[in-house]
Amino acid sequence: MAGVSRLQYTNEIRLIRVMCTGKVDLSYIFRAFSNGMDGVFVGACRLGECNYITHGNYSALKNVLIAKQILEHMGIEPERVTIKFMNSSDGQKFVEYVNKFTETIRRLGPLGEKRGKNLDKKFEAAQRIVPYVRLVERERLRTDLKTEEDHIKYFQREDTKRLIRELIVDRLIMSEIVGLLREKILSTNQIADEVGLGSSEVAKYVNYLSRQGLITYQEPVRGYTLVQ
Amino acid sequence: MEGVSGEVGDFKVTLLKKARYIREDKCTGCTTCVEYCPVMVPDPFNQEIGKSKAVHIYFSQAIPLITYIDQSCLYLKEKKCGICETVCENDAIDFRQKDQLDQINVGAIILAPGFEPYDPRVVTEYKYGIFGNVVTSMDFERLLSSTGPYEGEIRRPSDQRHPHKIAWVQCVGSRRVTPGNNSYCSAVCCTYTQKQVILTKDHDSSAECTVFHNDIRSYGKDFERFYERAKNLSGIRFIRSYVTISREDPVTKNVFIRYATPNGVVEEDFDLVVLSVGLNPPKYSKELAQKLGIELEEHGFSKTEPFNLIQTSRPGVFVSGTFQGPTDIPESVFTASGAVSQTGQLLKHRKGKLATERVYPEEKEVAKEEPKVGVFVCHCGANIGRVVNVPEVVEYASKLPHVVHAQEQLFSCSTDSAKQITDVIKEKGLNRVIVAACTPRTHEPTFRDSLREAGLNQYFFEFANIREHCSWVHSMEKEEATKKAKDLVRMSWARAVRLEPLGEYELQVNKTALVVGGGVAGMTTALSLAKQGHEVYLVEREKELGGIVRRLHYTLEGLDVQGFLRDLIKEVYAHPLVHVITNARILNATGYVGNFVTRVQSDGFVKEIKHGATILATGATEYRPKEYLYGQDPRVMTNLELEERLAKGDESLKDLNTVVMIQCVGSRNEERNYCSRICCSQSIKNALKLKELRPDVDIYILFRDIRTYGFREDYYRLASDKGIRFIRYEPQSPPLVGVTDEGTLRVTVEDEILGNQLEIDTDLLSLAVAVVAPEGVEETALKFNATVGLDNFYKEAHVKLRPVDFGTDGVFVCGSAHYPKHIQEVINQAYGAAGRAMTLLSKETVTASGAVALVDQNACISCGACITVCNYGAISFEETPKGKKARVNPVLCKGDGLCTTKCPTGAVQLQHFKDGQIMAQLDAAKGETDILAELDRAVGE
Repeated sequence: MAGVSRLQYTNEIRLIRVMCTGKVDLSYIFRAFSNGMDGVFVGACRLGECNYITHGNYSALKNVLIAKQILEHMGIEPERVTIKFMNSSDGQKFVEYVNKFTETIRRLGPLGEKRGKNLDKKFEAAQRIVPYVRLVERERLRTDLKTEEDHIKYFQREDTKRLIRELIVDRLIMSEIVGLLREKILSTNQIADEVGLGSSEVAKYVNYLSRQGLITYQEPVRGYTLVQ
Repeated sequence: MEGVSGEVGDFKVTLLKKARYIREDKCTGCTTCVEYCPVMVPDPFNQEIGKSKAVHIYFSQAIPLITYIDQSCLYLKEKKCGICETVCENDAIDFRQKDQLDQINVGAIILAPGFEPYDPRVVTEYKYGIFGNVVTSMDFERLLSSTGPYEGEIRRPSDQRHPHKIAWVQCVGSRRVTPGNNSYCSAVCCTYTQKQVILTKDHDSSAECTVFHNDIRSYGKDFERFYERAKNLSGIRFIRSYVTISREDPVTKNVFIRYATPNGVVEEDFDLVVLSVGLNPPKYSKELAQKLGIELEEHGFSKTEPFNLIQTSRPGVFVSGTFQGPTDIPESVFTASGAVSQTGQLLKHRKGKLATERVYPEEKEVAKEEPKVGVFVCHCGANIGRVVNVPEVVEYASKLPHVVHAQEQLFSCSTDSAKQITDVIKEKGLNRVIVAACTPRTHEPTFRDSLREAGLNQYFFEFANIREHCSWVHSMEKEEATKKAKDLVRMSWARAVRLEPLGEYELQVNKTALVVGGGVAGMTTALSLAKQGHEVYLVEREKELGGIVRRLHYTLEGLDVQGFLRDLIKEVYAHPLVHVITNARILNATGYVGNFVTRVQSDGFVKEIKHGATILATGATEYRPKEYLYGQDPRVMTNLELEERLAKGDESLKDLNTVVMIQCVGSRNEERNYCSRICCSQSIKNALKLKELRPDVDIYILFRDIRTYGFREDYYRLASDKGIRFIRYEPQSPPLVGVTDEGTLRVTVEDEILGNQLEIDTDLLSLAVAVVAPEGVEETALKFNATVGLDNFYKEAHVKLRPVDFGTDGVFVCGSAHYPKHIQEVINQAYGAAGRAMTLLSKETVTASGAVALVDQNACISCGACITVCNYGAISFEETPKGKKARVNPVLCKGDGLCTTKCPTGAVQLQHFKDGQIMAQLDAAKGETDILAELDRAVGE
């Protein structure tokens, strides 16, 4: 309705049509960031008023909240991804939301400038673990909450955060390490340097991956390689 | 409509079509003319609060979405101006148009003239038009609307400030017998006021809202919870009092209201006062009735058959919506479908004779060809072209890989241009088409058609919206808008080259219907379908047809219910296409829209029924009260039990000196947080009957709110006039019922008005008990993949707009199974369900979109994640040589794609919105420099 009412808004946004926000996958969010987008805005039907009876907007809300925590882990401001709920006739709201969001993003600055080492690799790693996140979401993050506030509260709970850290973030770091080792042989210290973590923490992941038989230490070159 | 001659089955209707001064086939709705028109007029759609132009589109969802010129036009008045004619690039303005008389030949007529909002100017006490800051609820509705005069900002008339303290005055023009007012209850105002309060709080969470009301009539489905939601917001007061709108502050222009409180009358000022105006009959209803030769009832609405509110006094003329009397949206919707069903009964023999099938050329096989993309960039008159540099976009598009044709068009959607697209496809062998113009919502079907005409699969079409998403919303930033338009075209292009041809699935429809429940609802639906030539199986759990209505004997209006029921049952048994199975139990049901199989057991035999549609009409029953000594003292009974005694002519009723009735027994409480809708009328009906038997009997009705909505209000008034006493109680202090030592049945209630305890010794106590869903509803729902709401009534697909449909296609609901209803309302809805079922049964096949989910069974790991999230039940496991694998039934899939984000292996993909297609669009959104080569590579993959 913003268009029909000729409401003027920021020209810094590009819209992609999906039939339902339930279709907005985590991998789309990460792909947008790794493509150099500075923010991702998800515009959904109001909760409880899904155009379909599947209520996919709840799924979108959860994905956004999970994405926020993953971004946070990467050292990226979680405000760079947002979801807003509105009716098709809420043109005014849409304009308000996207303008405000663009302002936020402008305040945060371009993501490129903040791109620490290997941010692209981190996003690639994030995309790789999406199927796994789906399983975690299904098995461990099932909720029957009805409001946005309740969802936000749920994701701020310490036990939820711990769950996400243990089940998703750890997996993400390991995925990143595997990605790095696919390219070249690296020592624990070198890995720590690449992923931006302390050596002792990296050692924990490296040991786990070794025990799983995914990577192996090559004595002659003093570094880890992938097990083929 | 100027007149009607002829008779049912063969009417000749004369229609006067007023000059629009616009050629409908030329106007594209671009509204350039509106922009240039110099005449400002009060906007009729926005209650004349905002301004519009002499040439304008009536409102933003109007159909057709094109302009008209009204009589304020300078050219029409003085032959001056004519600017619109000059600026219209499609030659659509035509000042020579004249009013035109047409005659059409029809078999039946359906009246849907709606209502006229009550005009409070006819009575000066409402001060409408006198005090600036008194508005009607219709005015306020427009103020709240994002398409309203202030784009959704609430501003008050006197100074355009945002009002902070707002009062609503209920029953304006309704429930009064004084001249200028209506005696009936307008039935919708309580709830629309609550909606306005909630929306006001959405706009301004600190707003103070006060509602001055009489009874709160939350009798509709889920209305009670809605009322509580409004009531429990902060800063909201619901005050039960008549009011006087007394004066206006000369400086602030605030409006003062005087109202009664337990401590006397007080006066309070408000920034804005909203009059909750009622519903009047349509303005020209008398004239309309005269031309049609139909009768009106005493309030000026259409007179109808007693047991069929859709039938007017003239055969072949039907009525739907508020012309039946004040009604809400769901009733309007199902009476509309009901009118269609009755028309279908009447004109069965002519069905489909005017339809012709469209034939398209055979589709070419192009999937394996290299992409050959054509791009058409639309100027939309000046709408796009004035902001976006269209030639530059065309130039840009032509350089994208695989684009073999790019051109601009003045109006891509005009008939010539659409034809041009078809021609270019054929000429240049295009296999992908991008139109960069407006929204898929309006014109996607147009352009898909252009592709089909050229023998190209319609799913090779891709829309880039450079109007709503670009030129209209960046109208001051031409350069940036042009850049964005290029981005949007590039993104569409990235998607287009990856599009795949998709087939649309067609499935045969079984023409038989199954109706579950043999009460009035089920029988009415079954007969209506049978009379349209469909075989119907009517299954009933009990030994006899009739349902709860077997216990009803008369209506509030005094109709003979048992007589009606006898005739209906007789008609059902006599109709050769209706097969009745009583004493039936549904064993199981499988299948889907158009193709269900249900097994029914009755008296030891099992019948397998194949049917295309299912109608659930399982009715409702009476709550068995635990309260008020029911079952312990024979003088305590339910309303229905009293009615049965009245109907039997129980002589002892003549000896009663005192009768007490208690309302809301088992309703509107924590356990059943809904209003049972019918019990107020039921009590009044019984009370009036008792008064007939013995005029001097004392009757007390203890109530919370009397909910005699619509014309039933007249009977409430009649009951008051006959000396029946209505005493209101609060739910915190319900009446107490006990038996004294002497054996007297005594009811004690707090009298709010007198402020003391009132003790009534009574001979009979009748309880207005809740209407509840029967046992086994959930089981039945599960079998048919239907949904049940919080209160165990069936949950329809949409409470307002799809009141007889389920989310599951091919399954419908009607009657009290949906929500408690009066018998006439049940019949209305039963015809409505038949009408909806007919939209399915009258087809040979059902078509499913190609844009549905599809499972790659090689990648499926049988985890069932997709099955769990699909509320449409479109996905199920099937046995394959590789084991259990998920399969999507394309007919049931709605294409929302939720399943695709749950599948851990990506085995399920939404066609037309595949991950690869969306990702390509995402990739193309980034800068243009590096992406082209990459994408080009991707196409080759």
